[in-house]
Amino acid sequence: MSDDELIWRIAGGSGDGIDSTSQNFAKALMRSGLDVFTHRHYPSRIRGGHTYVEIRAADHEVQSRGDGYNFLLSLGDSFARNPQEEAYYGNEEIKPLSENLDELREGGIIVYDEGLISEEDVEAIDLHERAAENDWHVFPMDLRGLAREHGREVMRNTAGVGVTAALLDMDLEHIEDLMSDAMGGDVLEANLEILHEAYETTREEYEFEHDLRAPDGSHDAEQALLSGSNAIAYGAIDAGCRFIAGYPMTPWTDVFTILTQNFPDMGGVSEQVEDEIAAAALAVGASHAGVKAMSGSSGGGFALMSEPLGLAEMTETPVVLVESMRAGPSTGMPTKPEQADLEHVLYTSQGDSQRVVFAPGTIEEAYEQTRLAFDIAWDYQIPAIVIYDQKLSGENTNVDVDFFDREVSPDLGSTLTEDELREAAHDNSGKFKRFDYENAENGVASRSIPGQKGGRFLATGNEHSPVGHISEDPDNRVAQMDRRLEKLESIRAELDEERESTQTYFGDETADYGVITWGSSQGAVEEAIERLNANGHSVKGLSVSDMMPFPEQEVTEFLESVDEAMVVEMNATAQFRGLLQKELGRFGEKLTSLLKYNGNPFEPAEIVEGYEVNVAEEDREPTAQVRIEPAAGD
Amino acid sequence: MSAFNAIGEEREIDRDEFTPGVEPQPTWCPGCGDFGVLKSLKQALPEVGKTPEEVLTVTGIGCSGKLNSYLDTYGFHTIHGRSLPVARAAKLANPELEVIAAGGDGDGYGIGGNHFIHTARENHDMTYIVFNNEIFGLTKGQTSPTSPKGHKSKTQPSGSAKTPIRPLSQSLTAGASYVARTAAVNPNQAKEIIAEAIEHDGFAHVDFLTQCPTWNKDARQYVPYIDVQESDDYEFDVTDRAEAAEMMRETEDVLNEGTVLTGRYYVDEDRPSYTEEKAAVGELPDQPLAERYFDDDAEWERSYDLLERHT
Repeated sequence: MSDDELIWRIAGGSGDGIDSTSQNFAKALMRSGLDVFTHRHYPSRIRGGHTYVEIRAADHEVQSRGDGYNFLLSLGDSFARNPQEEAYYGNEEIKPLSENLDELREGGIIVYDEGLISEEDVEAIDLHERAAENDWHVFPMDLRGLAREHGREVMRNTAGVGVTAALLDMDLEHIEDLMSDAMGGDVLEANLEILHEAYETTREEYEFEHDLRAPDGSHDAEQALLSGSNAIAYGAIDAGCRFIAGYPMTPWTDVFTILTQNFPDMGGVSEQVEDEIAAAALAVGASHAGVKAMSGSSGGGFALMSEPLGLAEMTETPVVLVESMRAGPSTGMPTKPEQADLEHVLYTSQGDSQRVVFAPGTIEEAYEQTRLAFDIAWDYQIPAIVIYDQKLSGENTNVDVDFFDREVSPDLGSTLTEDELREAAHDNSGKFKRFDYENAENGVASRSIPGQKGGRFLATGNEHSPVGHISEDPDNRVAQMDRRLEKLESIRAELDEERESTQTYFGDETADYGVITWGSSQGAVEEAIERLNANGHSVKGLSVSDMMPFPEQEVTEFLESVDEAMVVEMNATAQFRGLLQKELGRFGEKLTSLLKYNGNPFEPAEIVEGYEVNVAEEDREPTAQVRIEPAAGD
Repeated sequence: MSAFNAIGEEREIDRDEFTPGVEPQPTWCPGCGDFGVLKSLKQALPEVGKTPEEVLTVTGIGCSGKLNSYLDTYGFHTIHGRSLPVARAAKLANPELEVIAAGGDGDGYGIGGNHFIHTARENHDMTYIVFNNEIFGLTKGQTSPTSPKGHKSKTQPSGSAKTPIRPLSQSLTAGASYVARTAAVNPNQAKEIIAEAIEHDGFAHVDFLTQCPTWNKDARQYVPYIDVQESDDYEFDVTDRAEAAEMMRETEDVLNEGTVLTGRYYVDEDRPSYTEEKAAVGELPDQPLAERYFDDDAEWERSYDLLERHT
């Protein structure tokens, strides 16, 4: 736990403007020279319901949410249902205060809107007693009244930001700049007035006894604040993708929306369609007609995509799908993260899977691996899937602007031009041998695009001959199946030998205890390992991104180098550990699982505790809401 | 310069060009109505000046799905019920392709019913031929969405309790801008209707009665048929939605009583196609998107240029 960090939590009801306020405040912190990381917690509701966004800011890199937090700005829920204590759902108005207390660190700050939350309600939750016990500094402020006085009630967020800035001794410059960018006229004027009034009032009314201040920091290069969804969308743009089809589903909708909004200016096409079967089928159809195309969904929608996904495998139509996981099964918890769709994404659709799956762990990886998915898909004519989750989707962090300074790669990979088609193999009737196993390289037979002269062939979901004609001939079947599977081995070799590894290593190289994770749990694991090593333990970490083909060599080397390893993932059935054992066929006795599936992502301290329970104090149960699944034989 | 030089090529076209070298004789049963669809396409395509390589035939699953095995164009034999979304996207990716989708009545009106409604609603510029034999043929004779009420099969042993779907009415309601019914037993009309459907700018839906001599022996062979345009007994205006709707309803009602009515039912030349609608709101590029990937001079916008909003 670092003392030189601010973890600011703004809590209110859905619809209280938590998102936009936190986005701007995070940017202000970033502009002041800090590294930031946001975590979003919200219910599946349009209005009301307890929601918060947490911004962690420090003068050093932050890749995860922290342990707890140290500053609460509680707006109360202005969309609360009839605030009766005896109601099933309790007093919702005060939940943005009461529900957030358990995780507030000792010495932390609480600001709440006394214009909405009454003193009576505050007493009912024993706030003052708890504050005394935990050395919390409580600042009731009439944010609503302040906002009403100078503008409109909805501007109480601005008042809250003004109070925050005063208490943290922050300069208002960046906040003012961001407001000026976002609004104008009377609205801007009123907001600025509210901001200043709140700032001044706080300084006048209170003596500050708290130690917490905004940290100082500086950046060497200009920074951009982006979410995982932004990174995936931008990776697609830079890979030359200009066609997307989709159907709304949380949390995948973000990627769909970002591309839909940008495509018209880029000559791209976005289609919102009747269901996810159609969405993936459209991506396949557009790709077949010569365009770099994608689709995506979350688990439930992805289930509908299994048919077109299998069709893409069999017809060797390149396509990229993204799957943004949320807690399941079925509708599960729509706005909560989980990593429980791994097996779904790897194996859904009938027959032997022939696909590529990447699981990025950070914003930068989300961008890189989306591009990689397009490269591989078009080079090898295979569906490539980027699997991520609600956590990576919505969290924002700062990235060097220069990271994105690259060229677009619209190359269609193993696709022929008409000139090249003239030289290619055809059958007696002039049909192009699109699936020519005799002339394939690395399993890849070149493709043609409808409308090209000399390229006509039949694509079919049935097993087929070199020109695409339906065939149940056993020799042809084996030759085609082997050729398609050879592509996966070729991809594995390319990923292993020719490209920079997509796996991430951290910690002490000489350690004989390892922690393995995948996807968006990477940041929390990385920080936990840093902490363990700083506390005198010796631990190394590996975060795996290649789910299929699996990086056998790298994971084997890692596991051979340790005596024991803990596999950290956000699901209840240890899916990644299962994959690892299936792919490697051993190490079962070395692998313990640390599983979390309560709807909230891992905090680093929970992983530290998992290590302690596993290694040092085996008799103890973890205090966190996690489960430890012992190694085979234990 | 186009990367797709088969498109718009001006030359003499022989109908034999559409007969593939690999399997020139279809495996359909003798007497199958599917031959009628194939024949009408082979006649209509050269007539409207289309060459094999500027046509993409997208099919579903079933006997009808094998259409593009026996019709030598670019073909995509997709999965059950999903020909339309694949076809739609191909048209958006390259609006200059001639896109023809086809499938059976189970494929189009059953499992793919949702896609049928939405494709008609959006009025995509393509031809959609539904091989309607009122039965599931390839899976050996189960009741289908167009089977008459009371139809007995292994899956409806007591006779179907369901009223058949109304394909023409549904198409009209959903938004198709050309709706016709023809029959394999009426090859001249079939060829003319298929040619009109291909030339129509918008979603042209042809419900094609294709008798199944193996699994639907009880059904009429769709003879005698009546062409509603040629018969004096029927008078309506194909451009009038209300009159078309009434004629469709009657046609659907009498089919299972043994009266086979065929012809054009609804023709709306004014409704803009989906590509036109999408271009009008600025969401479709002027140049076919597929061309851009072969154009070395094309400019590609970078994400780097979008970053200002994030700083």
